[in-house]
Amino acid sequence: MKYLPTIGLEIHVQLKTRSKIFCGCPNEPGGEPNTHVCPVCLGYPGTLPNVNGEAIRLTVLTGLMIGCRINPYSKFDRKNYFYPDMPKNYQISQYDKPLCLGGSVEIEVEGRKKAVGITRIHLEEDVGKSMHFGSSSGVDFNRAGAPLMEIVTEPDIETPEEAQAFLLALRQILLYGGVSDCNLEQGNLRCDVNCSVRPEGQSELGTKIEIKNMNTFKGVFHALKHELPRQEEVLRSGGAIRQETRRWDDEKGVTEAMRSKEYAHDYRYFPEPDLMPVVLPPETVEQWRATLPELPAKRRDRLVTEYGLPDYDAGVLVADKAVADFFEETARASGNPKAASNWVMTDVLRCLGEKQTELKDAKLTSVSLAGLIRLVDQKVINVPTARELFSELFEKGGDPTELVKTKGLAQVSDTGALEAYADEAIAENPGPVADYRAGKKPALQFLVGQIMKKSRGKANPRMVQELLQRKLGGA
Amino acid sequence: MAGLSNLTLHETADRLARGECTSEDLVRDLVAAIEQRDGKVGAYVWVNVEDALARAREADAARLGGDRRPLLGIPLAVKDVLNVKDQPCACGSRILKGYVSPYDATAIARLREQGAVFLGRTNMDEFAMGSTTENSALGVTRNPWDLARVPGGSSGGSAAAVAAGEALAALGTDTGGSVRQPASFCGCVGLKPSYGRVSRFGLTAYASSLDQIGPMTRDVRDAAMLLQAMAGRDPRDSSSVEIPVPDYSASLRNDLNGMKLGLPREYFIAGTDPEVERAVRAAVEQCRALGAEFVEISLPHTPYAIATYYVVATAEASANLARFDGVRYGARVEGEDPIDMYGKTRAAGFGREVKRRIILGTYVLSSGYYDAYYLRAQKVRTLIRGDFEKAFAGCDAILTPVVPTPAYRIGEKADDPLQMYLGDIFTVTANLAGICGLSVPCGFAGAGLPVGLQILGPAFKEENILRVGYAYEQSTEWHLRKPNLES
Repeated sequence: MKYLPTIGLEIHVQLKTRSKIFCGCPNEPGGEPNTHVCPVCLGYPGTLPNVNGEAIRLTVLTGLMIGCRINPYSKFDRKNYFYPDMPKNYQISQYDKPLCLGGSVEIEVEGRKKAVGITRIHLEEDVGKSMHFGSSSGVDFNRAGAPLMEIVTEPDIETPEEAQAFLLALRQILLYGGVSDCNLEQGNLRCDVNCSVRPEGQSELGTKIEIKNMNTFKGVFHALKHELPRQEEVLRSGGAIRQETRRWDDEKGVTEAMRSKEYAHDYRYFPEPDLMPVVLPPETVEQWRATLPELPAKRRDRLVTEYGLPDYDAGVLVADKAVADFFEETARASGNPKAASNWVMTDVLRCLGEKQTELKDAKLTSVSLAGLIRLVDQKVINVPTARELFSELFEKGGDPTELVKTKGLAQVSDTGALEAYADEAIAENPGPVADYRAGKKPALQFLVGQIMKKSRGKANPRMVQELLQRKLGGA
Repeated sequence: MAGLSNLTLHETADRLARGECTSEDLVRDLVAAIEQRDGKVGAYVWVNVEDALARAREADAARLGGDRRPLLGIPLAVKDVLNVKDQPCACGSRILKGYVSPYDATAIARLREQGAVFLGRTNMDEFAMGSTTENSALGVTRNPWDLARVPGGSSGGSAAAVAAGEALAALGTDTGGSVRQPASFCGCVGLKPSYGRVSRFGLTAYASSLDQIGPMTRDVRDAAMLLQAMAGRDPRDSSSVEIPVPDYSASLRNDLNGMKLGLPREYFIAGTDPEVERAVRAAVEQCRALGAEFVEISLPHTPYAIATYYVVATAEASANLARFDGVRYGARVEGEDPIDMYGKTRAAGFGREVKRRIILGTYVLSSGYYDAYYLRAQKVRTLIRGDFEKAFAGCDAILTPVVPTPAYRIGEKADDPLQMYLGDIFTVTANLAGICGLSVPCGFAGAGLPVGLQILGPAFKEENILRVGYAYEQSTEWHLRKPNLES
């Protein structure tokens, strides 16, 4: 019998705000333990939360990007449970009136497009981090009170591949909106997975298993690749799935039971009396909507029409907003979109990959790359020289025109100088010359190479070729 | 310079301004009074002698330099639930043993800006839960008018300190009557501002949607003066309101001409001590003589107020008190693991009444019970608020008793929490509705126990109740009487 998986995701996203959600402490998780803390985020007696408007704006912006309805009236609630990393032993979250409802994210897996529905997006505070040292434990509260946006999907996902595609698409949108740094290593994005399987033909969903707190997309993929067959196997052998929470062990490559949902917490949600309801007038939402960035799908279409790029190239470029921005800046500044696209898709992406770095940290700027492209277009330098220069611009930065001058890299297009090189080459290589004249065309390239060598790479290859053809006769 | 400790704030300010005494004299007099009487009364849990003297001397120097701030160098007593930087804040509980506040509550910061000196911390029912101050883990507070009786609560220490001449004025907090009721029991003035009038930032929360900080003073003018200093929007408290703060002293007049006052029939009921009722009725007549017009009104949902209050307040408290876990501050009892440590810490740290309310609050929020209790209580709360809105459409203030009885004997109600809760019947409605209320002395019952008159006003109309309270008080002498603590 065939089994059909049903998957839903809950994604926690750390928002990119300057300060924490309810106090003025810097929103910089990490750093020396307990240095970004104050009485408010430590839950000291008498302190009160004060909501950071930017966190609300970024959440609404996310909602607008994925087509949510923005709740004109939403509120905060207290979620009660005891845990050492939670300063107040309740978490301020949103229960029945979240900021955003509905919406969807489009994914494409093996050429098949599909929309994954979004149930809701709400805002809450992050907790601290427990640390264990031998015989004692400690808590670092730097992260406590960091603004956390929770995105809950509908159970629309059917394969591990779709789950991964969804996470990648969502991450791309979040990066486009400048909502989060989406740095997985730093835990900016954490994911809980709900999944079940049911026999084909059965409409009722199977018993749900929750896999908690994964912070890599690969982890989600592999956990599902392991968990779905495990559930199938249990059912096939006549067993029953018990509703429970499991943990993905990346090293062992298995999921393990954490706690049974039979002992599930009763969170005793109730409206947070310390915070007023969030009332968002339509004008405010419209103002924010007007600031929405162009989303990846739309941008890809535009790159195709505006710059005449192939579909595939446009897709590669928009995958990363910073890369797409860089491309467009370079295309505009150089006036040669095709060249800009070639440089970005090959050399820029390769160097970023090799150096494990990001554009914002690279020395290369769109202005310098555009300068390089122009130098080639104006035949001041040839392509091999440009490649050499590119490596230097990428690593050290600088002005390409200046570099060409100081290094004397300008291409030799002076026919007198080239003719002298050509005559030398013809005299020194009678064999290849005879070959060429006998109709062996590739011999010409050897001679071009000799002239390039003599000019220390600076000769204009096209002119050299024309010159040789003229001198040796034949086309 | 004997006698300073029985002055009002405004008299003290006048004397200081005229150079007839210094702030240092004041602090010394008060410390002497505390040393002499607090062994009997037990109003304070901590006195800040050296620091208060140093601040007083600074204030005296500033005054010589031309500083004219209204509260410059005036010492105040503070209920142990309000955070004052570098002072303990135990909230009457063992669980906050050793905790020292790292910050000033906004109300404290505003008083400090006006020059006030924080003399010491007064006893209270643990986490403000109680009506007698008997629920304190830090000692017994006695009523200065009868040492066998309670001072009321939960701000019992503040009321006792003011009544006993151990403080010129004090701050209390009022969640269901905790300023007005002890003021009534101890014969002083107690003001509960409208919800949102005074910032709650720095007030250790009992029930967040009900708590307010209020002054406890010797007369109405002093209450107006302290409210003036504390009131107003605070960006750190989202529930504080952006409504301009009027000049409260401007509303104090000697007549009640043109004032329409309401008498709610649900507040004059069987079960009220006849002497209390007699005193309140006499106060009504006095107000009539001062020019007020009276209308009978109805607040029909009053019978549900106690139940509503104990659902809402305990629900909020169950969450508010969850932070006392021994992890970051206060007392800790080690355990096998964090959850075991919580259990042991909280079992040892909280007293019986606090545990009772945490359990009650946890219960009413539990899955399956939420709709029947918490949600329903919120609906009734809306009805109670509606009662007052309707009533205030036809009157400027409402007169009622503060408590059905004078002060209880110590231990009298300690084993009967329900009877104790019923004593809050006339005060909890103001908190549920978010309106303001004032308690002023209006007579004595039995063997010389003070009785208070409650004046309720519309939200953010503190000027109404201050005007009524002032005119009434100035036409009587109840507030001038002092308990005899010499024998």
